[in-house]
Amino acid sequence: MWRYILKRLLLMIPTLLGVAILIFLMLRVAPGDIVEMKYAGTGTYAPKEALDRERAQLGLDKPLWHQFVSWMWGIVRLDFGTSMWTGRPVTHEIAIRLELSLQLALMATIVAIFLSIPLGTVAALKQDTWVDYCVRVFSIAGLAVPSFWLGILIILGFLIIFRWLPPLTFTSFWVDPKANLAQLIWPALAVGYRYSAVATRMTRSAVLEVLREDYIRTAHAKGLWEKVILVRHALKNAMLPVITVIGLEFAFLVGGLVVTEQVFNLNGIGKLFVESIAQRDYIMVQTLVLLISFVFIFVNFLVDLINACLDPRIRYQ
Amino acid sequence: MAKMSAKTLTLPVESRVDRWLEVTLRFARERSLGAAGAMIVLLMIFAALAADLIAPYDPLRTDYRAMLQAPSSRHWFGTDSFGRDVLSRLIYGSRTALWVGFSSSFLGATLGAVIGVVSAYFGGKIDLIVQRLMDLLLSFPLIVLALVVVAILGTGTTNVILAITIPMIPRCALVIRSSALSLRHMPFVDAARALGFGHRRIIFRHMLPNVMAPYLVMLTAFLGQAILLEASLSFLGLGVTEPTPAWGLMLRGAAVEFAERAPWMAIYPGIAISLSVFAFNLFGDSLRDALDPKLRI
Repeated sequence: MWRYILKRLLLMIPTLLGVAILIFLMLRVAPGDIVEMKYAGTGTYAPKEALDRERAQLGLDKPLWHQFVSWMWGIVRLDFGTSMWTGRPVTHEIAIRLELSLQLALMATIVAIFLSIPLGTVAALKQDTWVDYCVRVFSIAGLAVPSFWLGILIILGFLIIFRWLPPLTFTSFWVDPKANLAQLIWPALAVGYRYSAVATRMTRSAVLEVLREDYIRTAHAKGLWEKVILVRHALKNAMLPVITVIGLEFAFLVGGLVVTEQVFNLNGIGKLFVESIAQRDYIMVQTLVLLISFVFIFVNFLVDLINACLDPRIRYQ
Repeated sequence: MAKMSAKTLTLPVESRVDRWLEVTLRFARERSLGAAGAMIVLLMIFAALAADLIAPYDPLRTDYRAMLQAPSSRHWFGTDSFGRDVLSRLIYGSRTALWVGFSSSFLGATLGAVIGVVSAYFGGKIDLIVQRLMDLLLSFPLIVLALVVVAILGTGTTNVILAITIPMIPRCALVIRSSALSLRHMPFVDAARALGFGHRRIIFRHMLPNVMAPYLVMLTAFLGQAILLEASLSFLGLGVTEPTPAWGLMLRGAAVEFAERAPWMAIYPGIAISLSVFAFNLFGDSLRDALDPKLRI
């Protein structure tokens, strides 16, 4: 087991390096740079010398390989550079927003799990009845409804019915859990619903598949209680593909966070990402992409790990 | 006897149109949900093509005397904060959605298919390198890669199409490659090689037509996603730009700002997005079940 973990962790390094090279090259071939954007924003005329001076200060005048190596060397020393826009360290900008986004991501995942596993199981047990039909429509709709629109609808509902809005300033869960949840539960629902759609479908088909297995028939023949058969025999075996899908659909979560933070005006990583893209803050964008890809790859690693724990066959491959 | 021979004689001359009609009818009969999706899609295509005829107003014309008007007989879906007719903007918005959706999924699926088949056909080092590159592209979540492309190219309709195309390429290449791998050692490919045909001819004339089923499945599966992604990008202000009518753009800024006074501005464009993605997904799912039941995407 330990060897398996170590091997998987080591395999992450070349992937991340590849991601870093790709994102770096992609951003540097971009036409138009931040220095011009900055001056265009202020509307003042800037002489070429001023632009060049600014570029030199940001290190944009150096050859590409030099910029890349210094970026990489910085990462090794845990120095990710400074934002080209605000001038503050990238790590600082990310750190102040990380708690919100992580909590939102976690809550959305919990919402997705609590929606998808019961719904998918019920749909499979009542296959081809109206229950199954409703669950399927609910999950297909989840894929079609954009989470930002769902967020807008939630806000709209609160405004019109209760004349109330979720609080706008973020309070840490550790300071005031009630205010914190009152703010974050709504975006978590908007993201989680969409996130749950694929997992519900997966749970349904996985449970259906398992229920047809011989050992389920054997369990029935032994006269076991339905509940025991369902939980101990069926669900446990159906969980593997479901966990895999929840991990793979992490991309949905990122997409959901990016748009939903905008709707609910939450100052999180997603909003920072969108802003730095609009401002062409290369350093910020490349760090954030690296961070998101790292989390993405790490989540997939965790999923494989859980699967390996649940299913010994995977470990010995 | 005479009857039978007449029947057998008519078989070979059965036209392709009849065949298509038969296939379409069978699809409609056996997969009614998919057919319902296809109907909505066709309606959308009709709205997009005939926008000039059916839209009651010019979608770009601002009218400051008619700002934020509630739905009425003059403006069925109300007006926005510039006094533009919401219904007309929705109808013209279907043009943007369909144009971006179709062209990006067509480009993405086609490039992906070519890369997948080439990678499977040559195998060896080329396959390995292409696969590593595709894996690399897959380690970015879809929207992140799309946003990065927007960061590079800037906003606007053409750039949005590219931004949606690029993350779709590796996803399609992966699926097509696995179906092309089984084709590589089929006798007809060996025969084509034995006849001395070049790589290009074998790839384009012999292998690509045989991955048509997964290609079509990927293409339709992408359509809904592409429309949703375009709406998300436009909503973030990093997609289609004003004044082009686009559903995601209609939900941006003013729609939330005036949500209380003019909820119709926020409700109808969302319904349009959801309904069209829903329709494309229904159609795509049924097409997948009909063409390639084993494929899980």
